[in-house]
Amino acid sequence: MSHVFAFHGGVHPPENKRQSTRTPIRQAPLPERLVLPLSQHIGAPAEPRVQVGDRVLKGQRIAEPVGRISAALHAPTSGIVTAIGPHPIPHASGMEADCIIIDSDGDDRWIEHAGLADFRALGKAALTDYIRNSGVTGMGGAGFPTDVKLHLGDDHIVNTLIINAAECEPYITADDMLMRERASDIVAGIEIIDYLLKPSHILIGIEDNKPQAVKALEKALKGCTLNIDIRVVPTKYPSGGEKQLIKLLTDVEVPSGHIPADVGIVCQNIGTAYATARAVHQGEPLISRIVTMTGEAVAQPQNFEALIGTPYSLLLRAARVDTGSLFRLVVGGPMMGFTVDNDQIPVIKTTNCLIAASPDEMPEAPPAQECIRCGLCEQVCPAELLPQQLYWFAKGRELDKARHHNLFDCIECGACSYVCSSAIPLVQYYRNAKAEIRSDEAEQRKAEHARQRFEARQARLEAEQAEKEARRKARAEAAARNQAARKDKSVAAAPASTAVQAPAGEPDLKQLKTAASVARTKLKQAQKALKNAEDKGLDGVDALRATVQALNIKADAAQQAYDQALNAQSDASAAPDAKQLKTNAAVARTKLKQAEKALASARETGGDDIGALESRVRELELRANDAQKAYDAADAGSAGTQAPDPAKLAQLKADMDAAQAKVDKAQAALESAIASGSPAVEKMTAGVEKLRGKYLEARAAHEAACTPAAAPATSPAKLAELKADMDAAQAKVDKAQAALENAIASGSPAVEKMTAGVEKLRGKYLEARAVHEAACTPAAAPATSPAKLAELKADMDAAQAKADKAQAALDSAIASGSPAVEKMTAGVEKLRGKYLDAKTAYEAAGGTCSDVPQSDTPADADAEKPVDLKALKQQVSIMRTKLKKAEKALQDADAGERDALAHEVQDLNERLNSARAELQSAEQVRIEAAAAAGVDLKQLQIDAAMARAEVTKTERALGTADSTSATDLEQTLLQARSRADELSKTLSRFE
Amino acid sequence: MALIRSSSPHLRRAGSSAHLMRLLMFATLPGTAAMTFFFGWGTLLQIGWAMLLALGFEAAVMKLRGRPVGFYLRDYSALVTAVLLGLALPPFAPWWLMVIGIFVAIVIAKHLYGGMGNNPFNPAMVAYALLLVSFPVEMTRWTAPFVLQGEDGWHILGFLDTLKLMFGAIEHGAVDAFTSATPLDELRHRGGLTTEEAFRNSDVLANGVGAWHAVSAAYFMGGVFLLYRKVFTWHTPVAVLGSLALLSTLFYMFAPDTYADPFFHLTMGATMLGAFFIATDPVTAATSNRGKLYYGAGIGILIFVIRTWGSYPDAVAFAVLLMNLCAPFIDQYTQPRTYGHAKPNRGQKEST
Ligand code: SF4
Ligand code: SF4
Repeated sequence: MSHVFAFHGGVHPPENKRQSTRTPIRQAPLPERLVLPLSQHIGAPAEPRVQVGDRVLKGQRIAEPVGRISAALHAPTSGIVTAIGPHPIPHASGMEADCIIIDSDGDDRWIEHAGLADFRALGKAALTDYIRNSGVTGMGGAGFPTDVKLHLGDDHIVNTLIINAAECEPYITADDMLMRERASDIVAGIEIIDYLLKPSHILIGIEDNKPQAVKALEKALKGCTLNIDIRVVPTKYPSGGEKQLIKLLTDVEVPSGHIPADVGIVCQNIGTAYATARAVHQGEPLISRIVTMTGEAVAQPQNFEALIGTPYSLLLRAARVDTGSLFRLVVGGPMMGFTVDNDQIPVIKTTNCLIAASPDEMPEAPPAQECIRCGLCEQVCPAELLPQQLYWFAKGRELDKARHHNLFDCIECGACSYVCSSAIPLVQYYRNAKAEIRSDEAEQRKAEHARQRFEARQARLEAEQAEKEARRKARAEAAARNQAARKDKSVAAAPASTAVQAPAGEPDLKQLKTAASVARTKLKQAQKALKNAEDKGLDGVDALRATVQALNIKADAAQQAYDQALNAQSDASAAPDAKQLKTNAAVARTKLKQAEKALASARETGGDDIGALESRVRELELRANDAQKAYDAADAGSAGTQAPDPAKLAQLKADMDAAQAKVDKAQAALESAIASGSPAVEKMTAGVEKLRGKYLEARAAHEAACTPAAAPATSPAKLAELKADMDAAQAKVDKAQAALENAIASGSPAVEKMTAGVEKLRGKYLEARAVHEAACTPAAAPATSPAKLAELKADMDAAQAKADKAQAALDSAIASGSPAVEKMTAGVEKLRGKYLDAKTAYEAAGGTCSDVPQSDTPADADAEKPVDLKALKQQVSIMRTKLKKAEKALQDADAGERDALAHEVQDLNERLNSARAELQSAEQVRIEAAAAAGVDLKQLQIDAAMARAEVTKTERALGTADSTSATDLEQTLLQARSRADELSKTLSRFE
Repeated sequence: MALIRSSSPHLRRAGSSAHLMRLLMFATLPGTAAMTFFFGWGTLLQIGWAMLLALGFEAAVMKLRGRPVGFYLRDYSALVTAVLLGLALPPFAPWWLMVIGIFVAIVIAKHLYGGMGNNPFNPAMVAYALLLVSFPVEMTRWTAPFVLQGEDGWHILGFLDTLKLMFGAIEHGAVDAFTSATPLDELRHRGGLTTEEAFRNSDVLANGVGAWHAVSAAYFMGGVFLLYRKVFTWHTPVAVLGSLALLSTLFYMFAPDTYADPFFHLTMGATMLGAFFIATDPVTAATSNRGKLYYGAGIGILIFVIRTWGSYPDAVAFAVLLMNLCAPFIDQYTQPRTYGHAKPNRGQKEST
């Protein structure tokens, strides 16, 4: 035995342990009816997975853990679920709670189960999950879900694992007997816990009144390679208290308000180790436990292995109770247990002892006298408090002072009450005082929440108003676009149809951006509030801190979503396939040009292979067109190539939904915990935060996956469907909103619920919209892709160049009096027609595209740059025009001029290239400058350009519209104009 | 099945405040015996008379306050007060002195402040101080030890005679011959003599101290018994005696002619009674162990200061009362460090 330390205070109540250790652990009789409370542990109650009437097998999971801190529940025997509803549960208040009630069929038939052959092969997370699903909770104290503690190794450095075998409460011998009889299973359990926590050493703390158990453990530890020390501590209540045992074994004090893991220590009960081993090695979930049935009123005090859910009456009978002398039925030990007045209450996972006490054994407490401040309580308090002062404050309701005297460090061990010379029920006073303080705090928090809710609502309403406005405009714009597009189709079918959808991608981004900035603003507000609260030392700082954290997460998520959306957009144009295709197309064009040149020269020389060349040119033309088309198609679908398969997406969505469900549950649990003043509130809050974070992660992942994935969904049918969904959702939201407003107006009590409902519907609508928009976005990509646009522009320029060139050639021909003048004139006319076509197409595409107006917008932050840029641009197009002209001239020219022209073409080509390079670098500079000036500016420019384009577009559409749609369009035009004006005004403010 | 519901813990250690009080009274027995032996039946009679009065006043007050009389009488706290006052008063003090004393102690010092557990000052000491201030003659009329002892070892003044004396049936003048100052008085009023001369010249100092030594030893025994029974912790008595011893040693070392030696201080007067039976009264003392050390040290220092430079013969009562006054303050600054806290809380939380 190595050295142990000491803790302050403690008492030595008569042990009364002998009585129940005379016989080995006995199997308790199989009850006819088992009552299984859904909440046998700390944390959220489990959620039933069976229905009344279901037949269940022994070991079958009948309720699932909900949220981070929760535990599963299994059928302790085979039978039929006969009820799910309230039933008295083991609780100091004698309250009822939801239980699953199973009528045993007497077969006790197991579900198929098997242990893990090698738990180390499973991986830590999976193993912890396995233990969670086996319903293992702390078996000594409050029933903290074991898996949660086993996760502690993830974010804490665990140096010491303490196995609590002290069992310091009088009467209880369940752990003692377990160690005596099943030490090897316990050691196996310790090995599993060791594997998960990886402590550097393990201490088993056991009181010196259990020599047989010590011997059994020592024997079982032989051959165990772990660094396990058995530390025998002197018998003194409450040496088994977690904090006291830690002090005893390590001389470390767990700082107030912290958990042992914060100082590198994790405690597990010996029974928990046993249950863990059974679950892992035998595959048996936690469905039974050892219960000490003792007290003077039973003839055969002993330990039972009882199924969870066994009513007390059965154990009392099995131990041959004398009902006549049964005066007090204590659940747990005599120091910290509670009394019940109903023997139909079931054994649960934390029930370690039942004391059927006779009147002599535990007489009614004598009437309390005044405190004489004898100080006995102070001498025994293991928390080193001043119980007499606490009592004084609690009684006088001086709660502030009680707090100042560290009331919340009281572990309610009862040592002070035990010794109090005036028979004052001190612990009761402390409990009441604590409850009062908690409820006060809860009230304060509620008020604070209400305030925050109000502010949030205010902010939300404003945001909604703005959003509504934006949405209305967007809808109007979309309608106008659709109209316009329909008109345009006849003029330039292909490019226009893609262009139609282009702007649809924009609101998505914008919305995300708004969301991100709203989130940021909220975060800042909350931070300010927090700082204020901290400065002034107000209460509720914790709540605020939690809020800030939540908002932080939200802001990050929003930003992330926005960034992702941005990336997705740029990705769409950066598809490698598209590049390849583009190259192909360019090559094809080059070849075509070469062939054309060859043809021209052949014509020139009057070679006889002109026919062949002509056909080759045609062929190449076709090929070039094909390549171009392929490229366009690929470009359109390029986003789709990166889309994850639908299965993956569904998985992500499921994850997200599960996370959401968890968050909701946890939130509910938290609220009820707050309402009931549970001590776990803080922890639960943290848990909820964590869950929320996970949910947001899941959602972000889902959305990220969704955005590109929607590409295949661009089939118009699907899109229409999505749109219909979205509209339906919108309608619902509007309806609900109206109803809500009515309700508010009439002061209906259901307002809160309805608000929640509206929120939910809105969430659904937003989801629908997001999906729809996601579907739209990639479809729009080609239109917004600069490549495509450039292509169109190039076409247009080429057409113009050709026209110009032809014109030039014509002019020179006229000048030189060439006989081909007539022919050439016709050619020029034709070319000009083509140019106009191309121009229309380009404008249709470019007018609604974000990128082109951006580069075209002369309004820029920097006054010099745009001039430069424009000049450069003009230069480039002039070069291009000249080049084309020259080429054309070269083609059409007579033999005499050809050499000179060829030279010129080459020259122009070079100049064009250099002008292009210049333009590109200038553009780069400009973009960078814009970035330096803030993203907002850029966005604003885009918006403004878009709005302007919208106006133009609508105007054009109006021009060609028939009378029925004209009024509609007019309205749209007005809106578009006002918006454009607004935006450019804003923009000009920045310039 | 009528199961009772109650809050934990369900076990209680045997022992009650009444038990503690009984132990306390029991522990005064050696001292009482010694006093009786040296000073005659007077001491016993005073105690008995005081107990009677105390029960009467307590019952009357309880009745007035509408509380169950029997329940409160059984806590023995009034009796403890009576015993302490009985021991503190001169053995042949007249009956009315005790009536006033007990009235002040029980009715004024205790119940006017809210009854047991709520009184800020030790009732016996309040009464003693009041009597000393109001009736200095009666309060300082002690008999010299042994003077009343006959040849056979029995007191000349028998039990009945003493009773008669107390209640005025015998003229007090009859015993004036036997009365004398206590050694403390004697030393105080020694004039210009050095301590040593005073001891040589004074009968009281030469012969009387032996009796007082014995009485102190008896009280000490009782006190150790209470410590052993864990009725109180060692902190207060050790602090009282320790500080007194330290201070008197210091002064004695530098000026043995002017100051009494530490042993004299520790054994004369009510030092032992005060250290073990009065300063340890939990109701009026500081709460925490550390607080008790300060509290006890304060009493010890005050005893020395008042004895040496004050104008009253003994100082225990004043010292205790003064420190009673300080106890709440001491409490505020001596909260123990709670488990898991880096340092103890200090002072008082402002109520916000
Ligand atoms: S119940 Fe609280 S105050 Fe009393 S001894 Fe235990 S920890 Fe100390
Ligand atoms: S043990 Fe009881 S009577 Fe004594 S000081 Fe503590 S609360 Fe008061």
